[in-house]
Amino acid sequence: MTIAVSILPEQQLAVLNGAYRKAVARKRLRLLAGFALFVAALIVASIGAEVNLRTLFTYFGNFVSYFDRILTLDSGQRVWTDVGEWLWGWRKWLKMLGETLLISYVGTLIGATLAFCLNFFAAENTSPAPWLRFTVRRLLEFARTVPGIVFALIFVIAFGLGPMAGVLAIAIHSTGALGKLFSEIVENADMKPVEGIRSTGASWLSCMRFAVVPQVTAGYASYALLRFEINVREASVMGFVGAGGIGQELVVAIRKFYYSDVSAILLTIIVTVFIIDITTGWLRGRLFGKEART
Amino acid sequence: MTPQEVDTRALRARYPDVFDRPASARLAMPAMIVAAFAVLVYGLVDLDFSPSRFLAGLSQLGWISLMMIPPDPGTSLPVYLKALGETLSIALLGTTLAAVFALPVSLLAARNIVPSNILRFPVRRFLDSIRGVDTLIWALVWINVVGLGPFAGVLAIAVSDFGAFGKLFSEAIEGADQKQVEGIRASGGSKLHEIRFGLLPQVLPVIAGQVLYFIESNTRSATIIGIVGAGGIGLQLAEQIRVLEWQKVSFLILMILVAVAAIDFISGKLRFAIIGRRAIA
Repeated sequence: MTIAVSILPEQQLAVLNGAYRKAVARKRLRLLAGFALFVAALIVASIGAEVNLRTLFTYFGNFVSYFDRILTLDSGQRVWTDVGEWLWGWRKWLKMLGETLLISYVGTLIGATLAFCLNFFAAENTSPAPWLRFTVRRLLEFARTVPGIVFALIFVIAFGLGPMAGVLAIAIHSTGALGKLFSEIVENADMKPVEGIRSTGASWLSCMRFAVVPQVTAGYASYALLRFEINVREASVMGFVGAGGIGQELVVAIRKFYYSDVSAILLTIIVTVFIIDITTGWLRGRLFGKEART
Repeated sequence: MTPQEVDTRALRARYPDVFDRPASARLAMPAMIVAAFAVLVYGLVDLDFSPSRFLAGLSQLGWISLMMIPPDPGTSLPVYLKALGETLSIALLGTTLAAVFALPVSLLAARNIVPSNILRFPVRRFLDSIRGVDTLIWALVWINVVGLGPFAGVLAIAVSDFGAFGKLFSEAIEGADQKQVEGIRASGGSKLHEIRFGLLPQVLPVIAGQVLYFIESNTRSATIIGIVGAGGIGLQLAEQIRVLEWQKVSFLILMILVAVAAIDFISGKLRFAIIGRRAIA
């Protein structure tokens, strides 16, 4: 079968081709300009960050040999040849890991509760007054933007060393992050039940309780579980500033060059994070169906 | 309409699922709540929470907040501005490095490029393990290798984002439309042609959006890796907190907030320019 392809007359074609080339050339120029700008920014940044490729090349061997060293026992053998010796401190580490998990659990729960109380004031469709919404939103933004570990640094001074500072830091950070997500869920909620309940003369509180909350709890729980997952990672480094958990042990091991301990503690952290990820993923799938597993 | 007498017994007989849910289903929710609460109480006790300690800490915190007002950099404003520049540089460089190295690896982790499970599995687990380790830990490791300073921070962010990017990019590649790839193959293109002309035009905008988002979130990460000595504004912040110079601390926190907001704004605009007003996956 032959197909007839109609070819435009030469003159018409030349005009169209010209227009096309011009459009493409402009697009390319813009791309090139953007790329040049980006490279310039990179160069400025590498001067600012004191990037020294020579240091990197000289010491890159150290990076590789660091992993070699953390996988070697004091006796010079590989760690997996003598697991008992490698994981000698497992009782202590498991206890610290348990503390880390508790810190993230309690922190997430407190944060989620606070976020639950605040988010109705921050959502556009349920907030009772604009000034209240503005204030609550700025408050949540502040809690979310300041990194958790900065809160931990300050809380360690106010509340003393120990897991309490870590819990409160995680709680505040989670309040900010969850408050925003929760209020977005509320903004997507169907407003018809609210109108129905308000038409019976119910107060604002009853409207929230009987019209909004039943629609949003599944989403809330899903986000809270996701946050718990993130907080486990966060809690594992809280110990760096003295706010409890396994991070304390890790930072001591790294700073004092207890090489095989570093790899052992890292292994326990990674395994724990894996297990938590899988469990919460399964739980979310189980509780809210496949679509909630984002 | 007048209310009618309802025969409850007939209804019960007709809808046993609604009226007589098994005890296990009815008790599941309260049991979960009780269990969650019990763990909470155990946690509070185990982690040394006590009302007196909490109140004492709160009053301390109140004093600290009072001493933070007004924010005042003293004479070290130039130092702080330089540190802020350092932080932004760390975020930009680290993210770019990570993206450059992650792109080829993510091809190896994508199902539609490497169909073999045996090849893909180790790559994926490798990326997962990198992501399982926090940026701060990577920073500590790199400090051991290249010494204290912002360079260690750049490398720490690059490594930990490498893991995240590898996963995100490979998901973007797996989500790409296969029809265009098939079109290239049908016209006689090689495997590399398929990737270059069939896949990359689809996934590059998505990837660019993700990279911009990470530059944004890495500005936050870069502020904290200074706390362990990897340069940037976090170093100044940690020092000022340790010597209890609260006015400087509040000034530094304000600086971080403003910088993060500015970066948010810029990258939001850029993202919309690159991929249009579409939600970013």
